[in-house]
Amino acid sequence: MVPVASVDFTSQLLQYFANGVAKGSTYALMAVGYTLVYGVLQLINFAHAEVYMLGSHFAYYQAKWGGYLPDEPGAKPESVPILLVGTFIAVAMLACAAVGMLIERVAYRPLRNAGRLAPLITAIGVSLFLQYGGQVVFGTEPKLFPTFVETEVFEIGSVKIPNTNLLIVVTTFVLMLGLTLFVSKTRPGAAMRACSHDMRTAKLMGINVNATISLTFAIGSALAAVAGVLVAMDQPAITPLMGVRIGLKAFVAAVVGGIGSIPGAALGGLVLGVSESVVGGLWDTNYAEAVAFVFLIVVLLLKPSGLLGKATREKV
Amino acid sequence: MSDPILELADVNVYYGAIHALKGVSLTVRQGEVVTLIGANGAGKTTTLATVCGLMRPRSGTVHYGGEDIGRVATHQLVARGLVMAPEGRGIFPALTVEENLRLGAYARRDKAGIEKDLQHGFEIFPRLAERRRQRGGTLSGGEQQMLAIARALMSQPKLLLLDEPSLGLAPLIVQTIFETIDNVNKEGVTILLVEQNARIALKHSHRAYVIESGEISIEGESAALLDDPRVKAAYLGEG
Repeated sequence: MVPVASVDFTSQLLQYFANGVAKGSTYALMAVGYTLVYGVLQLINFAHAEVYMLGSHFAYYQAKWGGYLPDEPGAKPESVPILLVGTFIAVAMLACAAVGMLIERVAYRPLRNAGRLAPLITAIGVSLFLQYGGQVVFGTEPKLFPTFVETEVFEIGSVKIPNTNLLIVVTTFVLMLGLTLFVSKTRPGAAMRACSHDMRTAKLMGINVNATISLTFAIGSALAAVAGVLVAMDQPAITPLMGVRIGLKAFVAAVVGGIGSIPGAALGGLVLGVSESVVGGLWDTNYAEAVAFVFLIVVLLLKPSGLLGKATREKV
Repeated sequence: MSDPILELADVNVYYGAIHALKGVSLTVRQGEVVTLIGANGAGKTTTLATVCGLMRPRSGTVHYGGEDIGRVATHQLVARGLVMAPEGRGIFPALTVEENLRLGAYARRDKAGIEKDLQHGFEIFPRLAERRRQRGGTLSGGEQQMLAIARALMSQPKLLLLDEPSLGLAPLIVQTIFETIDNVNKEGVTILLVEQNARIALKHSHRAYVIESGEISIEGESAALLDDPRVKAAYLGEG
């Protein structure tokens, strides 16, 4: 994020706010994955954070094999062409969608009727497996992420906004809008909504519940891949453990916003990102995360179903 | 006599260690209304759940339209015209009446036919037309039952399974619901009806089975069962 040079309080605040919106967008993009899966299965997919990590690694290795790593011998000097960046991201999305569906198929589906605790434990298991498996496969050293976009900083008044942040916010907005339209307007979207209300009745409507659940995982995972790449572009080192913190925060964002609600995930992400950035900037970055979690507790005490969450539905 | 559309042969179903259906055999023929009556916990709902693939028999066979459907998924059965309106109606409370109805047509692709059937549903139940933009959860019990039946009809059923359509409804509403069931049957839909309200179920069906503790104990023409002393004593509150 951008250091603040000015001492003027208002412009400082605005700067932190702008930084927070970008940070919050990545939380939102991740939070949506937790919320979609929770909406359908009432399961917290802890492995979601590792899908995010895989997303950035998938993009990284494509760039590496394409010869776009800056510090490698024989590397192409210029930054990655924009079309190729698009391809890298698309491939990472598809690969992560496949991983997400595989995780559901292997670790959650066999436990579908086993109560809620068992899949929660396997979720933690898959998450740890991917963290440590990632360290074995990718190595523990942080990897410098290639330059996908040359950084440029726009100035609006006294507020400095790097183009990467702008890209993060715009991409998130477009994807969230697309997702909302998909869920509310399309046939598979209707199936997702029906499954989230009542899976048994959804079957009786002729909905293929297993396919719908797979689709839910695929969508959430593809969005996590985008988040992984966007964040890697902004803070250039990636590691197999990079998902842990953002995963936790995105989960918090989903709960603060009202888990199961897509607009809630967006709002929760933004609120968390902005509060973290503002507190970190004005006070102390060490307290920023603590404040975020205090915030979680306060919201849940006042509104246990989250900011935009609905009170628990009676299942008639 | 017309061909059987549904045949259960010696079906055994378990919930864990509980033997819920003990060798149930029953037949529903094309065009009939068949009712399955019995007390709470006798196995009525389990029978329907087994027919539509929500439960699987441990032994015995279920044939629908001459085909063994013991391994066919519920959503595929819906596409083949085996449709259930579940007990408790299974309305999506947060979705509007119209959205509920359109989900009933989920397995279909014929847009014009769907619109036509939607209008037909509103003709059968004008109350639903008045409330089409209202959320399902705000409807009264009777209206929800109407919605459940109308939604099941949106799936173009050949065989319609109705689980306790009279449950929790005022007598007048029950009458309306059963008149509709008669009409749906006259339009060519075969019906398997599960009921605790034996009297009305027997009056509105051709044949009937009585289930007790997971076993079929009595079967026959509905008119005959209305006069059967055993049925009278146990299910009609007479004798």
